[in-house]
Amino acid sequence: MASEGSDGTGGADGAGTGATGAHELPVAVKILVAGGFGAGKTTLVGSVSEIAPLSTEEVMTEASMGVDDTGGVEAKTTTTVALDFGRITVSERVVLYLFGTPGQGRFWFMWDELASGALGAVVVADTRRLESCFPAVDFFERRGVPFAVAVNQFDGAHRYTAQEVREAVDVDPHVPVVLGDARERESGKEVLLSLVEHVIRRRSPALSG
Amino acid sequence: MSPAAGRLDEGAGPLVRPYTMTGGRTRPAAGAGLDMISIVVAARERVDWGELQPEHARILRRCRTPVSVAELSAQLDIPITVVKVLVGDLVAAGDVAARAPAPAADHPEAHVLQAVLDGIRRL
Repeated sequence: MASEGSDGTGGADGAGTGATGAHELPVAVKILVAGGFGAGKTTLVGSVSEIAPLSTEEVMTEASMGVDDTGGVEAKTTTTVALDFGRITVSERVVLYLFGTPGQGRFWFMWDELASGALGAVVVADTRRLESCFPAVDFFERRGVPFAVAVNQFDGAHRYTAQEVREAVDVDPHVPVVLGDARERESGKEVLLSLVEHVIRRRSPALSG
Repeated sequence: MSPAAGRLDEGAGPLVRPYTMTGGRTRPAAGAGLDMISIVVAARERVDWGELQPEHARILRRCRTPVSVAELSAQLDIPITVVKVLVGDLVAAGDVAARAPAPAADHPEAHVLQAVLDGIRRL
Protein backbone atom coordinates (compact mmCIF):
# COMPACT_ATOMS: atom_id res chain seq x y z
CA MET A 1 0.00 0.00 0.00
CA ALA A 2 1.18 3.48 -0.68
CA SER A 3 2.78 5.20 2.26
CA GLU A 4 1.88 8.77 1.67
CA GLY A 5 4.34 10.04 4.24
CA SER A 6 7.37 8.55 2.58
CA ASP A 7 7.67 11.00 -0.24
CA GLY A 8 5.97 13.92 1.46
CA THR A 9 7.15 17.24 0.20
CA GLY A 10 10.81 16.83 1.00
CA GLY A 11 11.70 16.24 -2.61
CA ALA A 12 10.21 19.41 -3.93
CA ASP A 13 13.30 21.48 -3.37
CA GLY A 14 14.66 19.79 -6.42
CA ALA A 15 18.14 18.40 -6.37
CA GLY A 16 17.40 18.24 -10.02
CA THR A 17 18.98 16.29 -12.79
CA GLY A 18 19.14 19.22 -15.14
CA ALA A 19 18.29 18.66 -18.74
CA THR A 20 18.52 15.03 -19.67
CA GLY A 21 17.57 13.88 -23.11
CA ALA A 22 15.97 10.53 -23.82
CA HIS A 23 19.00 9.53 -25.87
CA GLU A 24 21.16 9.59 -22.75
CA LEU A 25 18.90 7.20 -20.89
CA PRO A 26 19.65 3.52 -20.54
CA VAL A 27 17.57 1.25 -22.71
CA ALA A 28 15.44 -1.41 -21.05
CA VAL A 29 14.87 -5.00 -22.07
CA LYS A 30 12.66 -7.58 -20.44
CA ILE A 31 12.58 -11.30 -19.96
CA LEU A 32 9.42 -12.98 -18.77
CA VAL A 33 9.46 -15.67 -16.12
CA ALA A 34 6.39 -17.85 -16.52
CA GLY A 35 5.10 -21.15 -15.23
CA GLY A 36 2.41 -22.72 -13.13
CA PHE A 37 1.14 -21.36 -9.83
CA GLY A 38 3.73 -21.91 -7.11
CA ALA A 39 6.38 -23.19 -9.52
CA GLY A 40 8.99 -20.77 -8.22
CA LYS A 41 8.76 -17.84 -10.64
CA THR A 42 9.16 -15.06 -8.10
CA THR A 43 11.79 -17.10 -6.27
CA LEU A 44 13.82 -17.30 -9.46
CA VAL A 45 13.38 -13.58 -10.14
CA GLY A 46 14.48 -12.79 -6.59
CA SER A 47 17.54 -15.03 -6.81
CA VAL A 48 19.10 -13.00 -9.62
CA SER A 49 17.55 -9.55 -9.11
CA GLU A 50 19.64 -6.73 -7.67
CA ILE A 51 16.56 -5.44 -5.85
CA ALA A 52 14.00 -7.30 -3.80
CA PRO A 53 11.24 -8.18 -6.29
CA LEU A 54 8.71 -5.38 -6.65
CA SER A 55 5.02 -5.96 -7.07
CA THR A 56 2.71 -4.01 -9.32
CA GLU A 57 -0.56 -4.34 -11.15
CA GLU A 58 -1.47 -4.12 -14.77
CA VAL A 59 -5.04 -3.54 -15.86
CA MET A 60 -5.87 -5.79 -18.77
CA THR A 61 -8.90 -5.94 -20.96
CA GLU A 62 -10.17 -9.13 -22.52
CA ALA A 63 -13.05 -9.89 -24.77
CA SER A 64 -15.37 -12.09 -22.80
CA MET A 65 -15.79 -15.56 -24.16
CA GLY A 66 -17.45 -18.74 -23.07
CA VAL A 67 -20.78 -20.22 -22.31
CA ASP A 68 -21.80 -17.74 -19.67
CA ASP A 69 -21.83 -14.93 -22.18
CA THR A 70 -25.26 -13.40 -21.85
CA GLY A 71 -27.20 -12.76 -24.99
CA GLY A 72 -24.23 -13.16 -27.28
CA VAL A 73 -23.17 -9.60 -26.61
CA GLU A 74 -19.50 -8.97 -27.18
CA ALA A 75 -18.66 -7.86 -23.68
CA LYS A 76 -15.34 -6.73 -22.35
CA THR A 77 -13.97 -7.52 -18.96
CA THR A 78 -11.28 -5.59 -17.20
CA THR A 79 -9.06 -7.42 -14.80
CA THR A 80 -6.10 -6.44 -12.71
CA VAL A 81 -3.20 -8.82 -12.93
CA ALA A 82 -0.45 -8.75 -10.33
CA LEU A 83 3.09 -8.74 -11.64
CA ASP A 84 6.28 -9.27 -9.67
CA PHE A 85 9.47 -8.08 -11.21
CA GLY A 86 13.17 -7.68 -10.56
CA ARG A 87 15.97 -5.71 -12.15
CA ILE A 88 19.51 -6.37 -13.30
CA THR A 89 21.56 -3.36 -14.38
CA VAL A 90 23.66 -5.17 -16.95
CA SER A 91 25.61 -2.10 -18.03
CA GLU A 92 25.46 1.67 -17.93
CA ARG A 93 23.45 1.54 -21.10
CA VAL A 94 21.18 -1.47 -20.63
CA VAL A 95 18.80 -2.47 -17.84
CA LEU A 96 17.20 -5.91 -17.79
CA TYR A 97 13.81 -6.39 -16.15
CA LEU A 98 12.54 -9.83 -15.21
CA PHE A 99 8.76 -10.10 -15.01
CA GLY A 100 7.24 -12.99 -13.16
CA THR A 101 3.89 -13.58 -14.79
CA PRO A 102 0.68 -14.64 -13.09
CA GLY A 103 0.35 -18.39 -12.86
CA GLN A 104 -3.29 -18.86 -13.60
CA GLY A 105 -3.84 -20.21 -17.07
CA ARG A 106 -6.92 -18.10 -17.56
CA PHE A 107 -4.75 -15.00 -17.83
CA TRP A 108 -2.66 -16.29 -20.69
CA PHE A 109 -4.67 -14.85 -23.53
CA MET A 110 -4.38 -11.38 -21.99
CA TRP A 111 -0.66 -11.41 -22.21
CA ASP A 112 0.06 -9.94 -25.56
CA GLU A 113 1.25 -6.69 -24.08
CA LEU A 114 3.44 -8.44 -21.58
CA ALA A 115 5.04 -10.63 -24.23
CA SER A 116 5.34 -7.77 -26.68
CA GLY A 117 8.92 -6.65 -26.87
CA ALA A 118 10.24 -9.37 -24.59
CA LEU A 119 13.73 -10.60 -25.35
CA GLY A 120 12.59 -14.07 -24.37
CA ALA A 121 11.08 -16.07 -21.57
CA VAL A 122 11.99 -18.58 -18.91
CA VAL A 123 9.35 -21.21 -18.26
CA VAL A 124 9.71 -22.57 -14.75
CA ALA A 125 8.72 -26.23 -14.63
CA ASP A 126 7.65 -27.62 -11.27
CA THR A 127 8.88 -31.21 -10.90
CA ARG A 128 5.86 -32.02 -8.72
CA ARG A 129 3.47 -31.21 -11.56
CA LEU A 130 5.22 -30.76 -14.87
CA GLU A 131 1.96 -30.25 -16.73
CA SER A 132 1.42 -26.89 -15.01
CA CYS A 133 3.96 -25.30 -17.35
CA PHE A 134 2.28 -26.52 -20.55
CA PRO A 135 0.12 -23.40 -21.07
CA ALA A 136 3.21 -21.20 -20.83
CA VAL A 137 5.12 -23.35 -23.32
CA ASP A 138 2.16 -23.30 -25.71
CA PHE A 139 1.86 -19.55 -25.42
CA PHE A 140 5.49 -18.77 -26.20
CA GLU A 141 5.60 -21.30 -29.03
CA ARG A 142 2.53 -19.73 -30.63
CA ARG A 143 3.87 -16.23 -30.17
CA GLY A 144 7.31 -17.15 -31.48
CA VAL A 145 8.92 -15.86 -28.28
CA PRO A 146 12.20 -17.67 -27.63
CA PHE A 147 12.19 -19.46 -24.30
CA ALA A 148 14.18 -21.78 -22.06
CA VAL A 149 12.79 -24.25 -19.55
CA ALA A 150 14.08 -23.99 -15.97
CA VAL A 151 13.33 -27.20 -14.13
CA ASN A 152 12.90 -26.25 -10.48
CA GLN A 153 13.82 -29.35 -8.55
CA PHE A 154 11.81 -29.23 -5.37
CA ASP A 155 13.19 -31.02 -2.36
CA GLY A 156 11.70 -34.49 -2.08
CA ALA A 157 10.14 -34.42 -5.54
CA HIS A 158 11.06 -36.89 -8.25
CA ARG A 159 14.34 -36.01 -9.96
CA TYR A 160 14.00 -35.95 -13.69
CA THR A 161 16.79 -35.78 -16.21
CA ALA A 162 16.76 -32.85 -18.61
CA GLN A 163 15.95 -35.27 -21.40
CA GLU A 164 12.94 -36.65 -19.52
CA VAL A 165 11.62 -33.13 -19.00
CA ARG A 166 12.27 -32.26 -22.64
CA GLU A 167 10.22 -35.26 -23.73
CA ALA A 168 7.46 -34.69 -21.20
CA VAL A 169 7.07 -31.02 -22.08
CA ASP A 170 7.64 -31.80 -25.77
CA VAL A 171 9.80 -28.83 -26.73
CA ASP A 172 11.94 -28.47 -29.82
CA PRO A 173 15.47 -29.87 -29.56
CA HIS A 174 17.04 -26.41 -29.66
CA VAL A 175 15.08 -25.13 -26.64
CA PRO A 176 17.41 -25.07 -23.60
CA VAL A 177 16.26 -27.19 -20.65
CA VAL A 178 18.19 -26.43 -17.47
CA LEU A 179 17.87 -28.34 -14.20
CA GLY A 180 18.32 -26.33 -11.05
CA ASP A 181 16.98 -24.79 -7.88
CA ALA A 182 15.10 -21.50 -8.26
CA ARG A 183 16.43 -20.35 -4.88
CA GLU A 184 20.03 -20.48 -6.09
CA ARG A 185 21.45 -17.51 -7.95
CA GLU A 186 23.77 -19.79 -9.95
CA SER A 187 20.74 -21.71 -11.24
CA GLY A 188 19.03 -18.51 -12.26
CA LYS A 189 22.18 -17.27 -13.98
CA GLU A 190 22.59 -20.54 -15.85
CA VAL A 191 19.08 -20.53 -17.27
CA LEU A 192 19.22 -16.84 -18.19
CA LEU A 193 22.55 -17.34 -19.95
CA SER A 194 21.14 -20.37 -21.79
CA LEU A 195 18.16 -18.29 -22.87
CA VAL A 196 20.16 -15.30 -24.11
CA GLU A 197 22.60 -17.58 -25.96
CA HIS A 198 19.57 -19.26 -27.52
CA VAL A 199 18.23 -15.86 -28.58
CA ILE A 200 21.60 -14.98 -30.12
CA ARG A 201 21.74 -18.31 -32.00
CA ARG A 202 18.21 -17.75 -33.32
CA ARG A 203 19.19 -14.30 -34.43
CA SER A 204 22.19 -15.46 -36.41
CA PRO A 205 21.63 -19.15 -37.22
CA ALA A 206 24.40 -19.12 -39.79
CA LEU A 207 26.97 -18.40 -37.12
CA SER A 208 25.87 -20.99 -34.61
CA GLY A 209 27.58 -23.89 -36.41
CA MET B 1 -7.77 7.38 14.40
CA SER B 2 -9.28 5.99 11.26
CA PRO B 3 -6.41 4.42 9.39
CA ALA B 4 -8.81 2.54 7.15
CA ALA B 5 -10.65 5.65 6.06
CA GLY B 6 -9.04 5.71 2.65
CA ARG B 7 -9.80 2.05 2.13
CA LEU B 8 -13.46 1.94 2.98
CA ASP B 9 -14.39 1.38 -0.61
CA GLU B 10 -11.93 -1.41 -1.16
CA GLY B 11 -14.79 -3.80 -1.72
CA ALA B 12 -15.66 -1.82 -4.81
CA GLY B 13 -12.60 -3.26 -6.47
CA PRO B 14 -9.30 -1.77 -7.48
CA LEU B 15 -10.30 -0.40 -10.85
CA VAL B 16 -12.44 2.64 -10.36
CA ARG B 17 -10.46 4.84 -8.05
CA PRO B 18 -7.10 4.85 -9.77
CA TYR B 19 -8.56 6.46 -12.84
CA THR B 20 -9.85 9.35 -10.76
CA MET B 21 -6.19 10.41 -10.72
CA THR B 22 -6.32 10.73 -14.48
CA GLY B 23 -9.69 12.38 -14.78
CA GLY B 24 -11.06 9.13 -16.13
CA ARG B 25 -8.53 8.82 -18.93
CA THR B 26 -7.29 5.28 -19.44
CA ARG B 27 -4.76 5.95 -22.19
CA PRO B 28 -1.73 8.23 -22.27
CA ALA B 29 -1.66 11.35 -24.41
CA ALA B 30 -1.20 10.60 -28.08
CA GLY B 31 2.35 9.94 -29.10
CA ALA B 32 3.69 9.16 -25.66
CA GLY B 33 4.14 5.52 -26.70
CA LEU B 34 4.89 4.43 -23.17
CA ASP B 35 5.67 0.85 -22.30
CA MET B 36 5.81 -0.68 -18.83
CA ILE B 37 9.60 -0.69 -19.18
CA SER B 38 9.98 2.72 -20.77
CA ILE B 39 12.70 4.55 -18.84
CA VAL B 40 11.83 8.08 -17.75
CA VAL B 41 13.83 10.86 -16.15
CA ALA B 42 13.19 14.47 -15.18
CA ALA B 43 14.00 16.67 -18.16
CA ARG B 44 14.28 20.07 -16.51
CA GLU B 45 14.30 21.89 -13.23
CA ARG B 46 10.76 22.60 -12.22
CA VAL B 47 10.16 25.71 -10.14
CA ASP B 48 6.38 25.84 -10.01
CA TRP B 49 5.76 22.55 -8.22
CA GLY B 50 2.55 23.97 -6.80
CA GLU B 51 0.95 23.85 -10.22
CA LEU B 52 1.34 20.10 -10.47
CA GLN B 53 -1.35 17.73 -9.37
CA PRO B 54 -0.19 15.69 -6.37
CA GLU B 55 0.19 12.44 -8.32
CA HIS B 56 2.20 14.15 -11.03
CA ALA B 57 4.44 15.66 -8.38
CA ARG B 58 4.93 12.29 -6.68
CA ILE B 59 6.02 10.77 -9.97
CA LEU B 60 8.27 13.67 -10.91
CA ARG B 61 10.09 13.51 -7.58
CA ARG B 62 11.01 9.93 -8.31
CA CYS B 63 12.36 10.73 -11.75
CA ARG B 64 15.56 12.51 -10.71
CA THR B 65 17.42 9.40 -11.70
CA PRO B 66 16.23 7.19 -14.55
CA VAL B 67 13.43 4.85 -13.54
CA SER B 68 11.02 2.58 -15.38
CA VAL B 69 7.25 2.97 -15.55
CA ALA B 70 6.91 -0.39 -13.77
CA GLU B 71 9.13 0.75 -10.90
CA LEU B 72 7.16 3.97 -10.51
CA SER B 73 4.01 1.88 -10.41
CA ALA B 74 5.36 -0.41 -7.70
CA GLN B 75 6.87 2.38 -5.62
CA LEU B 76 3.74 4.53 -5.70
CA ASP B 77 1.26 1.63 -5.60
CA ILE B 78 -0.51 2.91 -8.70
CA PRO B 79 -1.42 0.49 -11.53
CA ILE B 80 0.89 0.58 -14.55
CA THR B 81 -1.85 1.77 -16.87
CA VAL B 82 -2.55 4.75 -14.65
CA VAL B 83 1.15 5.59 -14.33
CA LYS B 84 1.38 5.60 -18.12
CA VAL B 85 -1.35 8.23 -18.34
CA LEU B 86 0.27 10.41 -15.68
CA VAL B 87 3.78 10.06 -17.14
CA GLY B 88 2.30 10.83 -20.55
CA ASP B 89 1.07 14.12 -19.13
CA LEU B 90 4.54 14.90 -17.81
CA VAL B 91 6.11 14.03 -21.17
CA ALA B 92 3.63 16.30 -22.94
CA ALA B 93 4.45 19.11 -20.50
CA GLY B 94 8.17 18.68 -21.06
CA ASP B 95 8.83 17.67 -17.47
CA VAL B 96 10.21 14.22 -18.20
CA ALA B 97 11.94 12.50 -21.08
CA ALA B 98 11.15 8.89 -21.87
CA ARG B 99 13.05 6.22 -23.73
CA ALA B 100 11.22 3.31 -25.30
CA PRO B 101 12.47 -0.24 -24.69
CA ALA B 102 14.93 -1.98 -26.99
CA PRO B 103 13.40 -3.65 -30.04
CA ALA B 104 11.77 -7.02 -29.48
CA ALA B 105 13.08 -10.51 -29.86
CA ASP B 106 12.38 -10.33 -33.59
CA HIS B 107 15.43 -8.18 -34.12
CA PRO B 108 17.32 -7.43 -30.92
CA GLU B 109 20.44 -5.41 -31.39
CA ALA B 110 23.65 -7.39 -31.08
CA HIS B 111 25.27 -5.00 -28.64
CA VAL B 112 22.23 -5.10 -26.37
CA LEU B 113 22.22 -8.89 -26.33
CA GLN B 114 25.96 -8.94 -25.64
CA ALA B 115 25.52 -6.47 -22.76
CA VAL B 116 22.79 -8.67 -21.29
CA LEU B 117 24.97 -11.76 -21.61
CA ASP B 118 27.97 -10.06 -20.00
CA GLY B 119 25.83 -8.55 -17.26
CA ILE B 120 24.30 -11.89 -16.30
CA ARG B 121 27.74 -13.53 -16.27
CA ARG B 122 28.89 -10.91 -13.76
CA LEU B 123 26.09 -11.61 -11.31
